[in-house]
Amino acid sequence: MKSEPPEPVRAAIERTVREEWSQALAVLVHRIRDFQLAEDALQDAIVAAWQHWPSKGIPQQPRAWLLKTARRKAIDQIRRRENFESKRLGIALHAELESGRGHEETDTEIPDERLRMIFTCCHPALDKQSCVALTLRAVGGLETREIARAFLVEEPTMAQRLTRAKRKIKDAGIPYRIPPPELWPERLEAVLSVVYFIFNEGYLASSGKRLMRADLCAEAIHLGRVLAQLAPKETEAAGLLALMLLHDSRRDARLDGNGTLVPLEQQNRALWDRAKIAEGEKILRETLSKGSIGPYQIQAAVSALHANASDWDATDWPQIAHLYRILYQAQPSAVVRLNEAIALSMAQGPKAGLAILAELEEDGLLQNYQPFFAAKADLLRRQGQAAEATEAYRVAIEKSAHPAERAFLAARLQALSSSSSSASSSSSPPSKKRRRLRSRRR
Amino acid sequence: MEYLLLIYKDESKDLSPNDPCYGEILQEYLALTEDARQKGVLLGANPLQSISTATTVRVRNQKTETTDGPFAETKEQLAGYYLLDCADLDEAISYAARIPAARTGSIEIRPIMHLPTS
Repeated sequence: MKSEPPEPVRAAIERTVREEWSQALAVLVHRIRDFQLAEDALQDAIVAAWQHWPSKGIPQQPRAWLLKTARRKAIDQIRRRENFESKRLGIALHAELESGRGHEETDTEIPDERLRMIFTCCHPALDKQSCVALTLRAVGGLETREIARAFLVEEPTMAQRLTRAKRKIKDAGIPYRIPPPELWPERLEAVLSVVYFIFNEGYLASSGKRLMRADLCAEAIHLGRVLAQLAPKETEAAGLLALMLLHDSRRDARLDGNGTLVPLEQQNRALWDRAKIAEGEKILRETLSKGSIGPYQIQAAVSALHANASDWDATDWPQIAHLYRILYQAQPSAVVRLNEAIALSMAQGPKAGLAILAELEEDGLLQNYQPFFAAKADLLRRQGQAAEATEAYRVAIEKSAHPAERAFLAARLQALSSSSSSASSSSSPPSKKRRRLRSRRR
Repeated sequence: MEYLLLIYKDESKDLSPNDPCYGEILQEYLALTEDARQKGVLLGANPLQSISTATTVRVRNQKTETTDGPFAETKEQLAGYYLLDCADLDEAISYAARIPAARTGSIEIRPIMHLPTS
């Protein structure tokens, strides 16, 4: 560790460690059944790798090397522990590890244990924030400091959260296994929601000035790929991956030079990442053909329709409204209904959308949901109700937590008040065009 | 691992023994307890008498203070428990979900801490 290895060696070791980390950790947790001990032992093995690999070269079987070393380190740690707990647990564990010591396994013989790891990290008995942090650490291989930075918290705070979660896994007896069939749907849903949460944290940060944190999006997509690969029969895992790729394809078009959020309607579609769209669509087509449709696939289908439209007005709005209606059956949430209202307003005019918004307003579930007021303002503006629209924009701006979003809404409000004398605003689609659109669909 | 499943429910909404559903729920409890016993999971289980029988004791400045009622006024009260020996938390959760009170109240699962036996 004293003399710095040359740069290419350093980069190669870093890459290998990063690639092998999650698989090696998953195998170790399975054998040792103590998350913290497994992680500490692997960390020790990595220190050993930094001592030996620069001079001796990266071994042919880096994962097997790391595992063998980590197991030895775990045994050392157990021996050093003199407390009652290790005495009770230690003997059995020790025998188990010792017996595996002589067994020389190769990288290809080591089974992929990452799926177990994902299910353990996303167990519903852990709170969501802990699931997210654990998954990024154990499966994504991110350093604690990187996770802390992504979630804008201090490193010790994140370290504490991770330690607490690992202790709960151990002390509460959260199993380290792939759930049995009867629990599978519920648990897979929990896993997918954690991955999607990570993506959304990156896509639209819930706090802070940085509106998008691409690193978290990339990490969520990586996790989505791992899941889709490890659970190929799960259509919703593929659906989530497709959804994330399709959303992420718009990343470069979502912020302008000043860091202001550009809504889908006004995005420069030439900036959309066609390769990501193509990949997302391919995955979506394949998974839809398996005939087990779920919410992630439906949302991905909506996203794909946007990706294929040449502009906002030419989007297949009747189809999108239809998809949101199907989604509402699976997920009867007011937010889904709001999206249906927006799509319907594009397909049939603002009046149809406003009718749904009136229903939602009566239910009172979206009183504090900023996008509701943004949508309401937009529909009223298009309907030509300038005074009501102005009021709705004010509420939408007041409720927005994002400076970029506030700036966007303020610009809309500004444009509205400066053109409020003329009833037709430039961005409301001309009725002729709407009629044409409708006749084409029917 | 040993788990204590604490049953919390709103006592004021308890069915009266005259209610036709009362017997059904009682049967459900008995069947669950019997199943846990046959699977070798059951270490103990009991309902508790109503909170009107509760007594709370605190010792402050070497003085014993005894008061009527539970330690805190809450919407749901501790009404009974199961002490189970399960393979893991998932098994404990599966038993908790089968407790009839889980449908109206809440079941809190707490792993038992073992002190060193010297």
